[in-house]
Amino acid sequence: MIKKKAVTMVFAVISSLLLISGCSGSDDASSSSGKTIEFMHLWPEGSSKQHNEIVKEIVADFEADNPDVKVKLEVMSNEQYKDKIKVLSTSNELPDVGMTWAAGYLEPYVDGKKFAPLDDLLEGDLKDSFVSGIPEAYAIDGSTYGLPLELNIASVFYNKKIFEENGLEVPKTYEEFQSVVKTLAKNDVAPIALGNKDSWTGSLWYMYFADRIGGGDVLTNAINRSGSFTDPALVSAAEEVQSMVDMDAFVKGFNGLSDEEAKSMFMNEQAAMYLIATWDLPNYTTNEDVPQEFRDSVGYFPFPTVDGSGDMSSYVGGPGVGLFVAEDSDVKEEAKEFVSFFVKEWGEKSVTEAGVIPATKVDAASLDLPDMYVNVLDDLNNASNITLFADVQMSADVAQVHLDMIQSLFGKEVSPEEFAEKHEEALSK
Amino acid sequence: MSNKWVVGLYILPAFLLISIFIFIPLLLSGYYGLMDWDGIGAMKYIGMENYFNAIRDGLFWESALHSFLLALFSTVSLIVYLAISLVLASKIKGSNVLRKIYLIPMLLSSVAIAQLWIKVFNPSNGILNSILAFFGVENPPAWLAEPNVVLYAIFIPILWQYAGFYILIYYAALKNIPESIVEAARIDGATPLQIAYKIKLPLIMGVVKVTIVLAVVGSLKYFDLIYVMTGGGPNGASEVMASYMYKLAFSSNDFGYGSAIGFLLLLITLVVTVIVRKVTASKEELQY
Repeated sequence: MIKKKAVTMVFAVISSLLLISGCSGSDDASSSSGKTIEFMHLWPEGSSKQHNEIVKEIVADFEADNPDVKVKLEVMSNEQYKDKIKVLSTSNELPDVGMTWAAGYLEPYVDGKKFAPLDDLLEGDLKDSFVSGIPEAYAIDGSTYGLPLELNIASVFYNKKIFEENGLEVPKTYEEFQSVVKTLAKNDVAPIALGNKDSWTGSLWYMYFADRIGGGDVLTNAINRSGSFTDPALVSAAEEVQSMVDMDAFVKGFNGLSDEEAKSMFMNEQAAMYLIATWDLPNYTTNEDVPQEFRDSVGYFPFPTVDGSGDMSSYVGGPGVGLFVAEDSDVKEEAKEFVSFFVKEWGEKSVTEAGVIPATKVDAASLDLPDMYVNVLDDLNNASNITLFADVQMSADVAQVHLDMIQSLFGKEVSPEEFAEKHEEALSK
Repeated sequence: MSNKWVVGLYILPAFLLISIFIFIPLLLSGYYGLMDWDGIGAMKYIGMENYFNAIRDGLFWESALHSFLLALFSTVSLIVYLAISLVLASKIKGSNVLRKIYLIPMLLSSVAIAQLWIKVFNPSNGILNSILAFFGVENPPAWLAEPNVVLYAIFIPILWQYAGFYILIYYAALKNIPESIVEAARIDGATPLQIAYKIKLPLIMGVVKVTIVLAVVGSLKYFDLIYVMTGGGPNGASEVMASYMYKLAFSSNDFGYGSAIGFLLLLITLVVTVIVRKVTASKEELQY
């Protein structure tokens, strides 16, 4: 009997000990053979196959060049990534290198001194390699905390086949655009695919109206408080959004659809147009998983002018994800080296292998690229202005109000005036 | 088992587990609620401000109302589950197969269920609107996009998801009733309805009370399907307390306020549980 008791006691003690030690975090023993850079990114094999492979290639190249440094990868999908990075930063366990977004997203991390400034890279190794003005979106108080990888501008993609069947021309003005929408709606074709559950998609429409009616600065000024959301141009932009809704311009139930669902409607030829940024280019050019026939039938046009005003070479867009280096990383120097290496190789490989537009300068002449890709590059080079996505410009709590309000505006639950007031309220806090 | 130390040792692993993963985080979230904190930088102590703000926050109470509506619906639907279990337990043909069919939703993960029902509710291609169109309904609702409809539309998969669980519990309880009692009633001339209402139901009352508490508490802290299917939208029309908390903490970067809401959610759930137990308490348990 006593023996039995002893056994159970030992068991209880061991299991408690296991439990305690399990919670005390793990230290990697691998550090003995050199240094390890932890790198977390958001391109899983399933949904971003090409991106994922490029990362692996770059890491392999880097490890070959630097035999004493290992790169440990951790991959997560977009939303999970955002959650995890926040939890990790709360407990001071950020990876050495990771991905961040610009402006408003970056701010709390910089305020909390979580990211290291990367100015030395910009002035040294990577001098003049970025498209001018783009790294500035990652700058706070004069220092740059992230190096952008992607650059995007939003355009209206359309289905040439559907346009032909309905005898339509690419619209240059808003009046023409409206008549296109009306013809399509009359012929029982859904004019525009929009997944406004993710509301940044609807925000693109609002931003373009604001840009065409009030010019490139009016929204940016309203956000940085040198202007106001009650500006007549911004109010009439909101009015135009609602008049589009009244015309049945968007697919049914857009406020309950995700962007993915809207995209699949466009790609299944159930809707004629789709306003999205150029990160979707591969789907219309090089992606072998999309039928050739469909890729050939997609064209794009810049957002039309509204009531004769607006500059068609002014775009909504901006850099997508960028790389950061953690401030309290043990291998900061190596991490910076890796970031610099990554940005350079990404600039070449992302063009040819993934078909997306990098934030670094592209030498289009020396590469064999799809026509649409070359045209978009031209647009970018000739852009008179790129307004950064509104929800990226704003701090997180204001962005949340903006996105909620966009849904209400499209759902006609608020008037354009209320829409403006709510923004003013949130921004003045 | 006389030695108190041994007893202590036996419960030590479970105690540590629960403390580390439940009680300590609970207290911490109450503590974070006292802070002005974006979840990333430094914390600043601001006293009860977050809690006072939450009490004055119209959006919070709106989401609380939605949670309570869900609790009401899930409690009322227990009656249906009970009726189904009564039928299943009365030795009808195929009750074994049916029982397994009812259980299937429980085997699916919440995200899979959400994806499935997003497709069902799709306004242009979904099976639901296709059926409605087939029966000549013109302009069927765009379920998840309409503020007046979305909450009730989303209740359907939530109730569907848990139906099998409650049916299983009731079925097991009903099977536990000794055949002799039912037999005796039948000989005395009781109709099947009378047997169900006067004999079976009182005998499983203890189980029914437990399921009421489970349904109410589960509804008040519900999160999964709502988060995946609508994210609380459009513009908060399907927001519940837990999704509002998540939105504040992770989307608006307001961890302090989010924690305060989380702690209030806990308090509300506790109070409601106590009330439900008080209301359903009876003087004596029936014995057979």
